[in-house]
Amino acid sequence: METTSFIWPFTIGLLFITSFLVVIISIWITSLSRIDKSRIVHSIFTRKSLMAIGEVFMESLLHRKIFRKNRMLGYMHMSLAFGWFLLIIVGHIEAWNYYHSFSVPAYKAIFFPYFVPASASTNSGKVLAASMDIILLFILSGVLLAYYKRLNSKLFGMKKTTKLKAGDRIALSSLWLIFPLRFLAESVSAGIHHNGSFLSQPCGQIFASLIPLQSIEAPVWWAYSCSLGLFFMALPVSRYMHIPVEVVLIFLRNYGIRVKKRIGGFSRIQVYSCSRCGICLDSCQMTHAAIKDTQSVYVLKHIRNRNLTDEKLFNCLLCGRCQPDCPVGLELNNLRITQRIESTKEYNSSYEYLKNGKVAISPQTEVIYFAGCMTHLTPSIIKSMKEIFKVANVKYWFMDEDKTACCGRPLMQVGQYGAAGKLIDHNLERILASGAKKLVVSCPICYKVFNEDYSMSGIRVQHHSEYLLELMAENRLPVNKMPLKVIYHDPCELGRGSGIYHQPRLLLDEYVELISVKNEKESAFCCGGSLANIKIHMNERNQIRDKAMDEYLSYQPEMLATACPLCKKTFAKSNNLPVHDIAEIVYMAIHKNKIMNPEEQKFMEKSKIGL
Amino acid sequence: MKHIVIIGGGIAGMESACALTDAGHWVTLIEKEAQLGGKLNQWSFLFPDFTPAEKIKDTLFDKCQERDFSILLKTEVKSVQTHQKKFNIETFGGQKLEADAVVVSSGYELFDARRKEEYGYKIYDHVITSADLEKLLRPGSDLSVAAGKNPKRIAFVHCVGSRDEKSGNHYCSKVCCITGVKQAIELKKRLPEAEIFCFYMDLRMYGKHFEELYREAQEKFDIQFIRGRLSEAAEKMDKSLLIKAEDTLSGRPLKMNVDLLVLLVGMEAGKGTATAAAKCSIEYEDSGFLKTNDTFLFSNFSSQEGIFLAGSCTAPMSVNDTILHARSAAMEVNSWLRKQ
Repeated sequence: METTSFIWPFTIGLLFITSFLVVIISIWITSLSRIDKSRIVHSIFTRKSLMAIGEVFMESLLHRKIFRKNRMLGYMHMSLAFGWFLLIIVGHIEAWNYYHSFSVPAYKAIFFPYFVPASASTNSGKVLAASMDIILLFILSGVLLAYYKRLNSKLFGMKKTTKLKAGDRIALSSLWLIFPLRFLAESVSAGIHHNGSFLSQPCGQIFASLIPLQSIEAPVWWAYSCSLGLFFMALPVSRYMHIPVEVVLIFLRNYGIRVKKRIGGFSRIQVYSCSRCGICLDSCQMTHAAIKDTQSVYVLKHIRNRNLTDEKLFNCLLCGRCQPDCPVGLELNNLRITQRIESTKEYNSSYEYLKNGKVAISPQTEVIYFAGCMTHLTPSIIKSMKEIFKVANVKYWFMDEDKTACCGRPLMQVGQYGAAGKLIDHNLERILASGAKKLVVSCPICYKVFNEDYSMSGIRVQHHSEYLLELMAENRLPVNKMPLKVIYHDPCELGRGSGIYHQPRLLLDEYVELISVKNEKESAFCCGGSLANIKIHMNERNQIRDKAMDEYLSYQPEMLATACPLCKKTFAKSNNLPVHDIAEIVYMAIHKNKIMNPEEQKFMEKSKIGL
Repeated sequence: MKHIVIIGGGIAGMESACALTDAGHWVTLIEKEAQLGGKLNQWSFLFPDFTPAEKIKDTLFDKCQERDFSILLKTEVKSVQTHQKKFNIETFGGQKLEADAVVVSSGYELFDARRKEEYGYKIYDHVITSADLEKLLRPGSDLSVAAGKNPKRIAFVHCVGSRDEKSGNHYCSKVCCITGVKQAIELKKRLPEAEIFCFYMDLRMYGKHFEELYREAQEKFDIQFIRGRLSEAAEKMDKSLLIKAEDTLSGRPLKMNVDLLVLLVGMEAGKGTATAAAKCSIEYEDSGFLKTNDTFLFSNFSSQEGIFLAGSCTAPMSVNDTILHARSAAMEVNSWLRKQ
């Protein structure tokens, strides 16, 4: 039949995209490490695959995470993704119902109303035709919302949205055309052959009363086929690659594969899974300092297009605030660090001067205390910890009292893994030589690296907020509640970085009146002082800090508590509110009379303790 | 007779009050403290020639006593409002004054060294500021409280709270370099056995006899100057301090144990200065110091006609510069009033 040549744009597009995906995904999977490959082999026939299918259904089709962010935005994504999925499935059922065969070529299902001009005679055929109309209506409502979103993204809970590239524009335009054209084509066919259902049939008849439909039937099906074909052809150069790749990502993630220190197949899969929805833009605090081109979505785009500059790569606080918001669940921080490792030249970091002497500590030593470099810049935390150890009668070894190497984490954050490794080895040797079984750390930056990158089985690493809570539970710390309204600021590396949200709060609850704020825990602000950003200017840091401080001040607290020396130092500079580490607050409770500064004196007078 | 209200009874306020009284005007000097003299009351000896601060203060006091002008002590200005070429000044005590011209000589504040927590001020016993040391340098005062019984080694840190982006002050406080040299010499005289080190970024010996004093400090008093900022200080069991710095001339990190650490704190605009300035619509700089109309010819003029500026409310200034600036303010006020 001459007129069926319109199937070719669609068929060629489908063949192209299928083979393209098969090739590229195979390349990515073959470049996975041996361990990751064996993870796939060992997990593929287990529950993990079922879980992955469930996740694909919930996230790739229903878009549950986007729903949580904003219902309109969620509905828009769901109607397009889930609707299209249903259209394909029901279309194939329709074809199967008619031809009674599974081996019908895809185009017969896709262009079913054209190939089966007779109106559905069976009941099942009528039901299917009606379902197709319902699904199409559902998708068209989503397309309408998508048009509207381009005009007004605020309605969808998004303050900012990403800019499009040529490939994206082609894919987006064809995507927007696919469904209206399908509707048009179906209606036109219905107008001629009377094979439509409740929506396409009346529309077809209206069209028929306006123009002779015979001559435009083939062209509209051509247009529909072309829009599909074009979409498939543009897919590899557009952000819509995320649609197929995200499915692969979900499976691999369920098999336990994570981003590694080196760029590999899995990190490519993550990069291609980014839909550039731009939800991460809203949570990024860099925008508070008017820095608008270094956010995760842009960095991933530049990685994909191989035009990432160091200026953008390193201008990020690695606070991880964008991560919980990512609807695809990408490991945004790790991806950036991986890229930093790639872009950094290794310094000549021999660290030859680091010599491991004998670690002579008494065998009764309960705890190794590592303050960290940042804590050495906030000596009142050290002073408080020393006093707490004394009061709780803890035998401890102050590992970095005099000289110690850095924990290695700041180097890692800027991609210097080789150098960091040397420091880690040095510290590890000393820690192991001490024989103590617990390492207490005052700095969340150190805490994270000790926890994740030091292989020291049998030694428990605790941040001092966890440790102090434990001491308190063992009744080794005096408890003394002060009537002070305090906000707890979650440090990035302790909260989002290490998942410690509750211990500091439980501890503070015993000493002060804790008030909760809107942006806390997972969505807590970064103080702006992060060591991970080596491009930002001091005034920009201050803007980020001030914005966070403004929110805190709106709750009229009397003190800001934190559990990180860097956060403390950063906020203390803004000079609006007394800022203290958890350890200092415990110290204050122990030493009612020894007060640190006049602001506290006011509070102490107020709270009528001591003085 | 024209009435001039001077806000701030430090040396700038005192000097311009005397000069304006001499020019035949009626002057009211407002001071928030219980006595005149401002920060000069806190200093013992002045650079570069170790003149006792007492001497300068007494001379200024005598000068004020000899002249007839009103002094309002323990009085703070609440608002300054312009009304038909007159200024209405209201104090927190509810007093209302009307003036033909206003001189702002509200001075400066010292940088709060606790803001550089890494140096341990108010955390460690043996860390003091240059202002604390000044009190200890008075004849007969006991140094051992701050420095221990026999301090062997003393370190000075320059630029604490000045030229420091992290503490938010980009400007140079101008007087701390020479203060450090002066105080190091004084300490050496008191404790000849002690070694004294000064950690600096640059030494800005801008004034008359400053450079000579710096030279003398090295040659005669054996004070050692190390170019490099301190990164941190830690207290040891015996209350001595372990300081970490980098000698940027030899390019080496260094550690040193000292018995006393002196922080040369810089000058900052008064906390309320900027807000007060905004209230009576005179302009101020990012640093909080008041803006003068230009640097050369109108350094006593504020952006509001009839409000004049004198002394260190405009920028960090030494005692002698402040006195000169206050005198020139008086001259400008006088010739402006004559033109009215």
